[in-house]
Amino acid sequence: MKRRNLMKSSAALALAASVLGSAAWAENPVLKIGFVGVTSGPAAAWGISNQRSMEARADWINEAGGYKIGDTTYDIEIVSFDDQKDPKRAIAGMEKMAQEGIHYVVGPNVDDGAAAVRPVAEAQGIMYFPYAFPKELYTAPASNAVLGMVANYQSGPAIYKYLKDEKGVSSVAFVAANESDPLSQRDGGVEAAKLLGLEVVSDNVTYQVDTTDFTPVLTPVMRTQPDLLVLSGVSPANAPQLIRSARELGFQGLISTETAQDATVLREGAGDLANGFISVGGASTPEIASDDMKEFVKRYTDMFGEYNDESNTKVYALEYILATLNANPAGIEDVTAFQTTMDTFEAPNPFMKGDAKMRYVGSTSFGQKRQIAVPLVVNVYQDGAFETLFVAEVD
Amino acid sequence: MEQILANGIYLGAQYAMIALGLTLIFALMNVLNFAHGQMYVLGGFVTYTFYGQLGWPFVLALLASCLTLAVLGALIERFLFAPVIRRSSREESTMLLAAGLAFFFDAVILLVFGEKQRGVPKIVDGVFNWDFRLIMPYDRILICVLAILSIVSFILFMQYSKTGRALRALAQDRTAAQLMGVNVAQYSMIGFALGAMLAGLVGGLLVTITGVNLGMGGPTSIKAFMMVMIGGAGVISGAIAGGIILGFLEAIGLAVLSQYGDITYLLIFVSLMIFLAIRPQGLMGKPWG
Repeated sequence: MKRRNLMKSSAALALAASVLGSAAWAENPVLKIGFVGVTSGPAAAWGISNQRSMEARADWINEAGGYKIGDTTYDIEIVSFDDQKDPKRAIAGMEKMAQEGIHYVVGPNVDDGAAAVRPVAEAQGIMYFPYAFPKELYTAPASNAVLGMVANYQSGPAIYKYLKDEKGVSSVAFVAANESDPLSQRDGGVEAAKLLGLEVVSDNVTYQVDTTDFTPVLTPVMRTQPDLLVLSGVSPANAPQLIRSARELGFQGLISTETAQDATVLREGAGDLANGFISVGGASTPEIASDDMKEFVKRYTDMFGEYNDESNTKVYALEYILATLNANPAGIEDVTAFQTTMDTFEAPNPFMKGDAKMRYVGSTSFGQKRQIAVPLVVNVYQDGAFETLFVAEVD
Repeated sequence: MEQILANGIYLGAQYAMIALGLTLIFALMNVLNFAHGQMYVLGGFVTYTFYGQLGWPFVLALLASCLTLAVLGALIERFLFAPVIRRSSREESTMLLAAGLAFFFDAVILLVFGEKQRGVPKIVDGVFNWDFRLIMPYDRILICVLAILSIVSFILFMQYSKTGRALRALAQDRTAAQLMGVNVAQYSMIGFALGAMLAGLVGGLLVTITGVNLGMGGPTSIKAFMMVMIGGAGVISGAIAGGIILGFLEAIGLAVLSQYGDITYLLIFVSLMIFLAIRPQGLMGKPWG
């Protein structure tokens, strides 16, 4: 008898706890934001840094009581989908987001995935923030894609000009993985270099994306003796090996890329040989990081054990989505309202010191504001950390 | 030319080592181990942890990789492959199990070691430079020598040790070996452990050169299968030949064809298809299995 009572009491307690728990959870309505990107396989680092940035920021917001949009305070829930860098999977992911009633999605990470999801996103009323550079994604009649970072055709010319003016660079060689993103970035870089009057001494050497030993790949490039070696669209996994091979082959010139990198990966993979390597970063270097950015880095590290410097640029997309919705709450259900707001939207950039602003840009590159204004922070790697080389803006 | 030869020898030695473990497991158990690349990656991460993170001497970290993978291989054979082989005569059962293991290892590696590329300090500094005709970092030379020594040791072990002879007997004719008193279950487990250990050894050696990341497993398995196809499935000497041939093809292609873009592997795949159409059993394999 006693045992039966105990069981009844336990069941009642469990029921009460679950009801109370649900009540506590239901205190704020939930705003779902999607992520469709690559979180497995060789390019997993790109998508995982995206997903973890969103989760770390959402967790922070929820812990602080939610995000107020209009008169309602929302808890933020991140719904993730691994597209495995496969366009077909990316479409499936975007359809899943539509089924869940999600209107704002971060990703995909690569060109073909971003192009593949466009019809679904436009038909289903989803604004998406790819990390892919093809201009047709952001140029009318395309309407729903917003570039989530600085494109290589925007950062490349700025970097090359700086190196030409400040470091006396006159010749340049390009190396790229044999994939659509790096190849298109290489072509854009070659064009930009030629426009600046730089001599392009090598631009046809490519490598398999799964290459692990780059000495044979770089040997013919090193014979051209460029002042600058550009690693077009290089992934963080390949960058240290390429740098190491180039230096071991006796290359004394500068090495740069227009993609974001991670200092720990460079230190482990190339050590001091990576000193002087120039890449594009975000806002976590000590010179420009705000207290909020430092707090974000701390929270990310606490949640996942280790920070990823790629998140310096990837922290922004979710912030832009929420801040724009805050500026016009009608956007929660109506992406055309969101699009209208984008033209005039402006808010303080919480991740940078000073009076930096969050706003939508892209008029020059795309003819419409379909890019978030991530600061163009050009970093140089030195002894295990990035130092800011220069900061610029994009429009 | 000197550089191409050096690159070919270096790539060939490491590829041959990768293929050895795969072909050993196939020879003993008729199992296409799709998780071989993931085992290689695990070996790299174990060395990374002990040598790169905990500061153990490199040799000890390498031994830890070998030991970890050998134990893992033994457990996998005993608790997964052996029961499946016992219960199912269909070859695809073990193939599906191996593919499942590959996905499982990918997930475990992501959870335990994260998504980032990892690297370890160089074991030897400096670069050998012969008047810019031949440039080779000393650590690559050392790894190449170690790889060749490992291959020679493995051949000697298989040739002259009691275990090696038993494994060869098992590979040649399982039933006959059993009739001769070879404990098939025990030596199958030892063979699988040895194959996994070789994957761990090469992973541990190469992490000092190439680093390691979770995405390396699948492409490594594909290259290993290519080498085995070239040399002949289940033939130790064939795996070595396949590795060296692939290494030289890659080195020559990258040097000679670089101005035409990344067509080296395209041509290698086309050549492989033609080759297999003419000689499906590979260079040293037997057409009857």
